[in-house]
Amino acid sequence: MNSPIEAIGLTPYLSIGAILLVLGVFGIFLNRKNVIIILMSIELILLSANINFVAFSAATGDLSGQVMTLFVLTIAAAESAIGLAIVTVYFRNRGSIEVDDITMMKG
Amino acid sequence: MNWTLALPEIVLALSGLVILLAGVMQKRGQAFFSCTMMTLFALVVTAALVVLSPDGTGYSHVFINDGFARFMKVLALAGAALSLVLGIGYAREMEIDKFEFPVLVLFSTLGAMIMASSGNLMTLFVGLELSSLSIYILCAFARDQVTAAEAGLKYFVLGSLASGILLYGISLAYGFAGTLDYAGLQQAVRGSAVLPAGLMVGIVFVLVGLCFKLSMVPFHMWTPDVYQGAPTSVTAYMAGAPKIAAFAVLLRVMAGPFGSMAHQWQLLIEVVSAASMVFGALAAIPQGNIKRLMAYSSIGHMGYAMIGLAAGTAEGTRGTLVYLVTYLFMNVGAFAGIVAMRRKGRAVSRISDLAGLGRSDPGMALAMAVFMFSMAGAPPLAGFFGKLMVFYAAINAQLYGLAAIGIISSVIGAYYYIRIVKIMFFDAAAPALDRAPVSVSFVSVGMGLVTVFFIVALGPVATAAQAAAAALFR
Repeated sequence: MNSPIEAIGLTPYLSIGAILLVLGVFGIFLNRKNVIIILMSIELILLSANINFVAFSAATGDLSGQVMTLFVLTIAAAESAIGLAIVTVYFRNRGSIEVDDITMMKG
Repeated sequence: MNWTLALPEIVLALSGLVILLAGVMQKRGQAFFSCTMMTLFALVVTAALVVLSPDGTGYSHVFINDGFARFMKVLALAGAALSLVLGIGYAREMEIDKFEFPVLVLFSTLGAMIMASSGNLMTLFVGLELSSLSIYILCAFARDQVTAAEAGLKYFVLGSLASGILLYGISLAYGFAGTLDYAGLQQAVRGSAVLPAGLMVGIVFVLVGLCFKLSMVPFHMWTPDVYQGAPTSVTAYMAGAPKIAAFAVLLRVMAGPFGSMAHQWQLLIEVVSAASMVFGALAAIPQGNIKRLMAYSSIGHMGYAMIGLAAGTAEGTRGTLVYLVTYLFMNVGAFAGIVAMRRKGRAVSRISDLAGLGRSDPGMALAMAVFMFSMAGAPPLAGFFGKLMVFYAAINAQLYGLAAIGIISSVIGAYYYIRIVKIMFFDAAAPALDRAPVSVSFVSVGMGLVTVFFIVALGPVATAAQAAAAALFR
């Protein structure tokens, strides 16, 4: 019993990951207010996968999951930078970032 | 370690950085054209290196180079180069002639190549994100246009959601198989009689993420808006290289690691494929905007290409590869026609704007007609052979229902393709469109010739596709 994952098992970690995933997905689809909240939800989804990776990596003693986590963190940073840039461009054109306003094209 | 395996990717990445530097050091007005030319040169050199690159796995099994990877990479590079040529005249008129444009296309293609060579779920994800992140920026590249910004935002939100779902699926697959390598996954899947539920869920999530990138029904909702809003040369790119890369990953993952449990996911692929074909055919009929119509058309085409995967045989994979070749060429050609749709210097995109093109610009109208007939699947043209090969594979794999749905939906789809031909040649003329830039006419004529005389190239293309498919099923 030297590592915490052996002491408390894999289930709590996976549950947290699953809860974060569900929160992220619902944050995107139920949110009618603000695009920034969508950006935060996307981060949540990526982090939920990260928790899974680290937990599995610790449980199986295979390091590649933790390497993957580092890649995902980098990609998440790039993704939010690009997301914020696109939101800025959108705001300059429309003067609003309300989700309900993003309806120029339909059909 | 055999580092020369990834030589094409390394060369492309380095030339991307060099072109970025060269762009910064030039004057604003000239940088776009010279950077586009340098990017085209880099793409051609990379394609030559890809053709010459050796077989093997390297970098501790994260990178695979085989006939299949080479086929897909050359296809992705061709798509990128053609859409860059289309963008030369268009970007200047749209005032998006900044040197970052070709560099972003280059990095997106690099991501597509990494995906095609992935031997590990980690490489898959990194390649996918490199490809997607560049396209998010390209969509919103015309930053003074509200439709482009909206297209970028929509694609970013839904694309990131799909990447997130895919990543979660990868994490589950990793946890239950204990490895990220395709080879390790294959062993883990083959060894167990009953798959753990977690692994099954992981595989489905990975499939969903990839289907989203391919705009398969029911994950297609972003496609029409993004196709319509993005600058047309970007749309032409998006319909080509990224879809080819996503198909490369899908074919490799489904044939390799998860191939031994084909009976468990086959039904899923069949349903998605049938739904995409039918939806693509029906939803395109009421469209008035040609870019939206092309979006629904590409949803349908992805459905047809998916038939080959549903068949789950080397023959089916060969059909899918030939279909992707024909799709790439006729699609770029059709987008050349759409890029040329300008009236008094403003881009127009309603289908009714094409009225009378048969008299005002017979060459362009003829080329458009060839692409439309080819997409509808009329016999001597390229599109027919792609459809023929996937339907043939489906019937040999005893998927009679899927083949029947495919044939019925391609008959329905013929209606809206041929309606465009009718509007161009027989409707009361709208005011004439501007003359097409030389680069656009060049692509249009070239792709028209390829589409018409594809029957000559069918033998070599089918042989190459056969070899690629054999590399996958070895």
